[in-house]
Parts: sequence; C-alpha cells; structure tokens
Amino acid sequence: MKKTILYTLLLIAALSFLFPFIWMIMASFTEEGEIGKLIFIPNQFTFDNYLQMFGKIPIGRSLVNSLIVASTSTLGVLFFGSMVGYALGTMSFKGRDLIFYIIIFTMTLPFQITLIPNYIIMVKLHLVDTYAALIIPALNNAFAIIMFRQAFKTIPRDLIDAAHIDGSGELRIIFQVFWPNIIPTIVTVAILTFMNSWNDVLWPLIVIRDEQLMTMPQLVTLFAVGGRAEAQLGVKLASAVLLALPIIVAYSIFQKHFIQSMASTGLKG
Amino acid sequence: MNTNNKILKNLSPYLLVSPYIVHFMIFIAFPVLFSFVLTFHKWNIISPLEYVGFDNFNHLIHDRLFWQSLINTLKFLIVHIPLQIIIALALAEFLNQKIKFKGFFRAAFFLPVIVSGVVITILWQQLLSFDSGLINRFLMSAGIGKIGWLNDPRIAMGSIALMATWKNVGLYVILFLVGLQTVPQRYYEAADIEGATHWQKFINITLPSINPTIFMVVILSTIGGFSLFIEPYIMTSGGPLNSTISAVLYIYKQAFEFYHMGYSATLGVFFAFIIMVVVVIQKKVIEKND
Repeated sequence: MKKTILYTLLLIAALSFLFPFIWMIMASFTEEGEIGKLIFIPNQFTFDNYLQMFGKIPIGRSLVNSLIVASTSTLGVLFFGSMVGYALGTMSFKGRDLIFYIIIFTMTLPFQITLIPNYIIMVKLHLVDTYAALIIPALNNAFAIIMFRQAFKTIPRDLIDAAHIDGSGELRIIFQVFWPNIIPTIVTVAILTFMNSWNDVLWPLIVIRDEQLMTMPQLVTLFAVGGRAEAQLGVKLASAVLLALPIIVAYSIFQKHFIQSMASTGLKG
Repeated sequence: MNTNNKILKNLSPYLLVSPYIVHFMIFIAFPVLFSFVLTFHKWNIISPLEYVGFDNFNHLIHDRLFWQSLINTLKFLIVHIPLQIIIALALAEFLNQKIKFKGFFRAAFFLPVIVSGVVITILWQQLLSFDSGLINRFLMSAGIGKIGWLNDPRIAMGSIALMATWKNVGLYVILFLVGLQTVPQRYYEAADIEGATHWQKFINITLPSINPTIFMVVILSTIGGFSLFIEPYIMTSGGPLNSTISAVLYIYKQAFEFYHMGYSATLGVFFAFIIMVVVVIQKKVIEKND
C-alpha cells in the first residue's frame, strides 16, 4: 500500500518532467492552427514547421558554430587546466599559494562585474564577430584547475619522480604519463565545460552580431524574441526541438557521467 | 644534471601557470579594475571617455527601474529557493527508499537540468500562454478558469520562478540524495526501536544531518538566481509593467540597447557587491549553524 503511493508520486513527478518535452516534440510536427488545441498526438503529422525554419534561419550553420566553439573551448580548458592544476598540485614554488588563492577568489567573483569591460576588450581587440570572442575568454576555468589539482595530488610522489628520471619534459609527463590515470576527472571537466559553452547565451548575444557566426542557442533565442517567427509557434518550437536534440542524445548515451559531473559542481563547496 | 636543465626545472612551474596568469590579467584583473574606472565615466564606446565624478552613483540611487529590477530578482529568489528545497528534498527522500526503476526516475528528473534554458523558456512560454497554453486549457476544463501566468504583473515573476524550479530541481535531487546516503543507518535503527514515526525520523534525524547540503543548495541557487537573464529576456522581455525585468537583464539593456557603458558598469559593480554581501551573510549563517 505504502509502496503504491510512493510509486504513484514518483511517476507523477517523472511525467511532469518528461511530458512537456514530449508535448513540445509533438507540437513541432503539428500544423500551426492545431497547436493551441493539441493535447498529445497531433491529428496530422507535418514537417512544415521544420521546412519553414530551414528557410528562415541558418540553423545548420549555427549547429556547426556551436560545435566548433564548444569543442575548442573544452580542449583548451582541458589543456590549460591540466597544466596549471599539475603545477599547483605536484610542485612547490614561490607564489604557488598566492596563485591558488587567486583562483579560489575568481570563483566567488560575480561575472556581472567583468561583463561590460570584457565586451569592451573584445571591441578594442577587434574580436567582435569572431569565434575567438567566444573561445578565448572561456579558455581558463577556475573549477577545472581545482579539479585537476585535486586529481594530480592523488598521484604518489614516487611515480612523479620516476617519470622525471628518464628526462621527459613536463608536458609529456602530464599528458602522456598521468592523463590516463585521471580519466574520470577529464570526463567531468569535459562534460561541464562543453555544456556550459553549449548552453551559454548571454555572452554570444553580446559579442556576435553576424548571423552566420551565431551559436545555436543564440540564433534560436533571437528567432524566438525577434518577431521573425512572426508568432509562428510551430516554427519556434521546431527550432527549440533541434536545439535540445544534440544534448539529449549525448545525455541518453552518457547519462551517468552527466549526472555525476553535474553533482560534483555542487559538492566542491 | 647540467645547469641548463636545472634552470629549466626551476622555471617549469612558472611556465606551466603562465597561460593562466596572462589570461587572468586580461580577462579578470584588468576588467575588474576597468569596471571601477568606468563607474566614474560616461562612455558610449565610440567617443572618448568622459569623466563625470559620482554622477553614475547618483543616477543609480534615483533609478527606480534599477531598484525595481533588484526587487524583482529578490522576488524570484524568495519563490524559487524554498520551492526548490522542498520539492528536491521530497523527491530525494522518495528515491532513497528501496524502490525499482530508480535509475529511470533519476534520469527523468535530471533531463531539464541538461537542456538549454532557451529550450525550456520557449517551451514554457507556450505552456503558460494565456489563451491557448496547455496549463490554462487544463484549468479551464477543470472549471478553475484562466490564470494570467505571464500577463499578470503580480504573478509573472512567480511563474518564471516556477519554471526555473522545474528546470533545476533535478540537480538538487541528486545533491540531496548524496547527502541522505551519508546519514548513518544506525540512527534510524535506534529510532525504530523507540517506535518513531516516519515524519519524526525525518525531522529529528534526516534534516539535521543534511543541513550542510541544504545550505549549499541555498548558496548555489542564490548565485544562479542572481544571474537570471535569458528567461525574462525571451519570455516577457521584462514585462508586463517591468515586473520581470531582472538585474542582469537591466544591466544588459543599459549597455546594449542604450550604450550607457559607464552606467552599466556601475550597475554591474554595485550588483556584484550586493551578491557578495548576500552570499557572505549566508555563509556566516551556515558556519553559525554548523
């Protein structure tokens, strides 16, 4: 009896999270006039909304832009984050603690304070309307550095000394010798960085004006608010479905990693 | 080891951290300092900086729309945070029982967390629409009547907070679940012997044990709530009657609709200061309670 109530409550909760998405997908295949009446399955499936959307906005191009920006940022964060994290975690040198405190401090610094000056830097460096404007500011990430520092700290001293004996350079030691030992950290940092980059809208709205360079969420946002959807709900919803699709596919494959990674952002504090 | 190698070895930590230092200087240290410089200037980016003393601060104090945007942001937090904690805690408690399909439920709760806020906002704008939204249609057929979720200035911010809760709650379910699993099982066993009810165990054992998680959730959702932007930007563009204009949306509008860079930077500095004060107060409260 108790179990039945428990399952019923859980099922209602699960449906309240899943149903809106299913409804959105169904609505994107429904004729414009029918969406206001749609409950679940449309009377007639149509691809009209999608066809119209492809004619109106360069959504394919924006998908490529988002992929380029998110992957490059992620690779950059993994690379630089490992370097800094390794130095902070395994080496002792003057100024190490100061750098560590600076990194911790930047995590508590609200982004609202650097937003306007960073835009001005982009203008002055002539980076507005380039991929670089989206990638370069994201290349260093305090959270990634701290994760890598933590991971490299767990590697025994003997192993680090042994790696130095054959005279290989530090970069080789970091990426060839120790990276294979910290794969869970790499996965976590990669997922979080990629998702943050993929889902960010505020910064792209500020530094990208050229429609051909817009990221996917930015393009969909401007389409939804800009009146170009001309109150065409179906087209708007179709663009939202396409925007959600890549992340949902990735999520359904790497579900456990997504949940663990996201949970670890909360656990650091 | 020859001298060259030794020098290189002493230098290597600095070489490794140097990209971070350079990046920090350009994208954090300089912008923070420049923000403070901007607060004393009027600037539209194109013409030269014009020194205006404390004009920006004076303007800020009398800028009713800015204070309204702060109050709106607080309204959002006041609805969002308690709602989020209660729902997340309830769902986590359900999931912590011996049940089947745990993985499925967890994955379902978590789905909105990973999907872009843009998608969620476009979807909910439709669900909450006054005339043909799914929720109002449901309320109509239940005989309750339509609610102006996004049209009524008194509840529009509440509706946005409701949507944000729906989007984020899955993350906090997971965090609470981790917290619940750290509560020692023997406490419950001891309570069982005393014949405690489920509710008594929850109040006297569970809640005190997961206090740190609750406070972490409060701080994380406070910081998240203070950056509220895309939801009102897409859904209401701050309306009706400016009831949903958030502080970040207002800063954005000042900078990129009116090109008041100096004033916008002033708002940014002031708002960042408020955020830090609020978070520090919250942390102090936490330490006291620990």
